[in-house]
Amino acid sequence: MPETEIKYQKKDLPASLSKIGYILLAVGVLLGVISFLVDSSRASFNYVVMYAFLISIGVGSLFLIALEYVVNADWSVPIRRVVEFFAATIPFLAILVIPLILNMHDLFHWTHEESVAQDKILQGKAPYLNVTFFIIRVFALIGFWWLFYYLLTKNSRKQDENKDQGLTRKNIKISAVFIPVFAITISVSAIDLLMSVEPHWFSTIIGVYFFSGTVIAALAAVTLATVLLKEHGYLHSKITNDHLYSLGGLLFAFVNFWGYIAFSQYMLIWYADLPEETFWFLQKWEGSWAIFSIGLIVIHFLVPYILLLSQPAKMDPKKLKFIAVWLLFAHLFDLFWLVMPEFPAMSGGYVFSWIDLVFPIGAVGFLILIFNMKAKKENLVPIGDPKLKRGLDFHL
Amino acid sequence: MAKKVFAVGALFNSPDAIIAAAKKTNAEGFKKWDVNTPYPVHGMDSAMGMKPSMLGFVTMICGLSGTALALLLMWWTMSVEYPMVIGGKPFFSLPAFIPVTFEVTVILATVSTVVAMFAFFFGLPRNSHPLHDTDYMKKVSRDHFGIIIEAEDPKFDENSVLQFLKGLNPVSTEIIYESEKETYPIFEPRFILFLIGTAVVVSIGTYFTLNKLMYTVPFDWMDNQEKIIPQSVNTFFADSRGMQLPVEGTVARGFIPYPFKGETEPAELLENPYLPAKENLILGQKKFLTYCSPCHGNFGDGDSRLRGQFPNPPTIHSNRARDFSDGKIYHIITNGQNVMPSYDAQVTREERWAIINYIRALQRAKNAKVTDLAEIKSETEQNAGN
Repeated sequence: MPETEIKYQKKDLPASLSKIGYILLAVGVLLGVISFLVDSSRASFNYVVMYAFLISIGVGSLFLIALEYVVNADWSVPIRRVVEFFAATIPFLAILVIPLILNMHDLFHWTHEESVAQDKILQGKAPYLNVTFFIIRVFALIGFWWLFYYLLTKNSRKQDENKDQGLTRKNIKISAVFIPVFAITISVSAIDLLMSVEPHWFSTIIGVYFFSGTVIAALAAVTLATVLLKEHGYLHSKITNDHLYSLGGLLFAFVNFWGYIAFSQYMLIWYADLPEETFWFLQKWEGSWAIFSIGLIVIHFLVPYILLLSQPAKMDPKKLKFIAVWLLFAHLFDLFWLVMPEFPAMSGGYVFSWIDLVFPIGAVGFLILIFNMKAKKENLVPIGDPKLKRGLDFHL
Repeated sequence: MAKKVFAVGALFNSPDAIIAAAKKTNAEGFKKWDVNTPYPVHGMDSAMGMKPSMLGFVTMICGLSGTALALLLMWWTMSVEYPMVIGGKPFFSLPAFIPVTFEVTVILATVSTVVAMFAFFFGLPRNSHPLHDTDYMKKVSRDHFGIIIEAEDPKFDENSVLQFLKGLNPVSTEIIYESEKETYPIFEPRFILFLIGTAVVVSIGTYFTLNKLMYTVPFDWMDNQEKIIPQSVNTFFADSRGMQLPVEGTVARGFIPYPFKGETEPAELLENPYLPAKENLILGQKKFLTYCSPCHGNFGDGDSRLRGQFPNPPTIHSNRARDFSDGKIYHIITNGQNVMPSYDAQVTREERWAIINYIRALQRAKNAKVTDLAEIKSETEQNAGN
C-alpha cells in the first residue's frame, strides 16, 4: 500500500562544502580585483561573461520554477527546492552589477562620447544606448526578477509550514504573469549585456539565443546538484532515476533548441550576406577565433547531442553528472565566444591570459555558497506541496 | 462445435491494481500475455518486465539514411550535375542545405517509425483480432484495466490460469474465444462508405483550397505582393517604369560599351585579342552550341533546328563568310544583322571572341584538303626538330 505521509528528515550539507565555496570565492575575488588593476579592459570583458552566466543560472532557474507551476508538472516538485536555491542568485545580481557599471567605459564602445559624435549609427542608437537609460534598464530587470523570485519562493516556503493548497494556485497565477515578463527581460538583458558590446551589430534573435543557453545552464546546474544530493542522501529517498530521466530529456531538448536557434541566427545572416551583419561572424573567424567557433559547435551541440541521445544515458546518474558539468562549461564557453572576440586587443585572434580563468572560479564559489546558505535555512524538499506525493510516485 | 479459447482475461479497477497484477503475472513466468488500459499507465513497462523497444533503432537508421540521402541528392544536383550560382554562394554550401537535410531526416525517421510500428510491432495488416467486440474490450476502453493471458503461452492451461487470475483479486474474469469464422470488417459497407465519403470530402476541400481559397484575400498575399515587378507600372518614379534605365552617363560594373553599336558598315573593326588556345576553344564551343547552333546548326551549315519557324541563315562555310574578318563577325554578334538579333546581352565579350575562334576552327575543318596533311606533317617535324 502506498504511504500517505511523506517522510523527510532535514540534513545539513557537509561543512566542507562551504569551505570549498569560501576558498573559491576568496581566490576569485582576490584575483578578480588584481585583474581589474592589471588590465581593467580585459577584466571587464570577462566580468560581463561571468555576470551573464550568473543571470543564466539564477533567472533560468526562476523560469524553471514558473514553468513547473504553469504546466502543473508533478515530477519536478520533489526537486523544486534545488531550483529555488539556484534562483537565490537573483538578489545578489544587484550588487554584482556595480563593478560592471563602474567599468562601462572599458566595456561598451557606445559610452565613448567622442566616438559617438563621429558615428552616425551610434548617434541613431543613442536614445536607447546611453549610460542613464542603461543603468535604469539594468536595475529594472533585476527588480522584476527579484520581485517574482520573492513572491514565488515566499509562498513556497510558507507552504512548508501551513500546507495551504491555495498557495500553489497563487503561485500558478504569479508564474503565468512571470513567463511573458521573463521573455521580455531576458531578451533585453541579452541585447544590453551581450549584443551592445558590439553596438554596430544587430540580431533580432539574440534574445532567444541567450534564452536557450540560459535554460541549458540552469537545467545543467539543477541536474548536477540533484544527482550529487541524491547520491549523498540529502533528497527524498523516493526520487528515482525516472526523475533524472526527465531532467536529461529536458537537457536534450534544449541542446537541440540551442542548436536550432544558433543555426537560424547564423544561416539568416550568412544567406542575406549584408556587410552590416556579417562582420560580426567574420570577426569570430579571425585567426584562432575560428577554432573557438568550430569548438562551439562541437562542445555546445555535437558532443552533448550524442551523449544524451540514448534513453539509458538520460537516466544514468554518473553520465548525467558529467554531461551537466560539460554543459555548464559549454554555456560559459558560448558567452565567452559571444563577447571576447570584440575585445579590441584580440581582434586578430585569441591570446591567452590568466584573467580569463579568474571570474568563473569566483562564480562557482559564489554559487556553492548561495546554495549552501539556502540549504541551511530551508528544507531540501517542499514538504508542504500538495503535489509532492504524486511527484514522488512519478514513473516512466 | 467447441469454441477455441484465445485467452483468459481479468479486469481491475485501478492503475495501482493493474500494476500489481502485471508484476505478479510477470513473476509467474508467463510469456504471451498483455495489458489493456484506457490510458497509458506510468511504470507499466517495468512492471511487465518489458525490454526496451527496438523501434528506436529503426528510427535512427532511417533518420541517418535521410541525412545521407538529402546531402547526396543536393550535392549531386546542385554541385555536380547542374551547378547553379545562387546568391553568389559556392555550389556546395552546407548552411543552405541544412534545413532540407533536417527536414528529410525528420520525415524519414517519423514515417519509417510509424510504418515499422504498424508492420513489425502491431502485426498489421490483419483483419480483426479476437479481442474486438468482446465485453472485455468495451470495458478496458472505458473505465477498467485488463490483463489477458493468451492460449499460445507455453504454460497455458485454462483452469489453472483462471485460478491464478482469480487469485489476483480482479473485479471479474472472462474467457475470450477465437472468432468462429474469419471476418473482414474492412469490407463492411459502412466502412467502405466512410472511406468514399472521406475521399469525396478531401477532394472537394483540396479543390476549393487550391482553386478558390488561395486566390482570396488574405491567402493570396504570397502571390500578390505589394512590390514592383518588371514591366509593371511604378508610381514612385516620374516615368512610371518598373525597370529603371541606368543613370545617364554611367555604365554598369564590368561592362565595356561597344563603340560601333547600331552602325551597319562600321568604318573600323576590333581585333581578336584571344588566341585559339584549348580552353578558349572549349568555351567557344559551349557558347556556340548554346546560342548559335539553334539557327546556324551544330556545325554552322545553316541547318536550323527551328523547323521553319524562323528563316534559316546561310552557311558559315561559304567563301564570303570565310573572308569575314574577326572584327566583322564580332560586329554581327554584337549588333545583329538582318533577322539575327543582337547577342550583346547574352554573350560576354570574351565569349564572343571565343565563339569566333571556334567558328574559325569549324571553317578550317570543313574546308580541309589532302595537301593539309603534308603541311601538318612538316610542321610537326619542324616542331620536333626544334
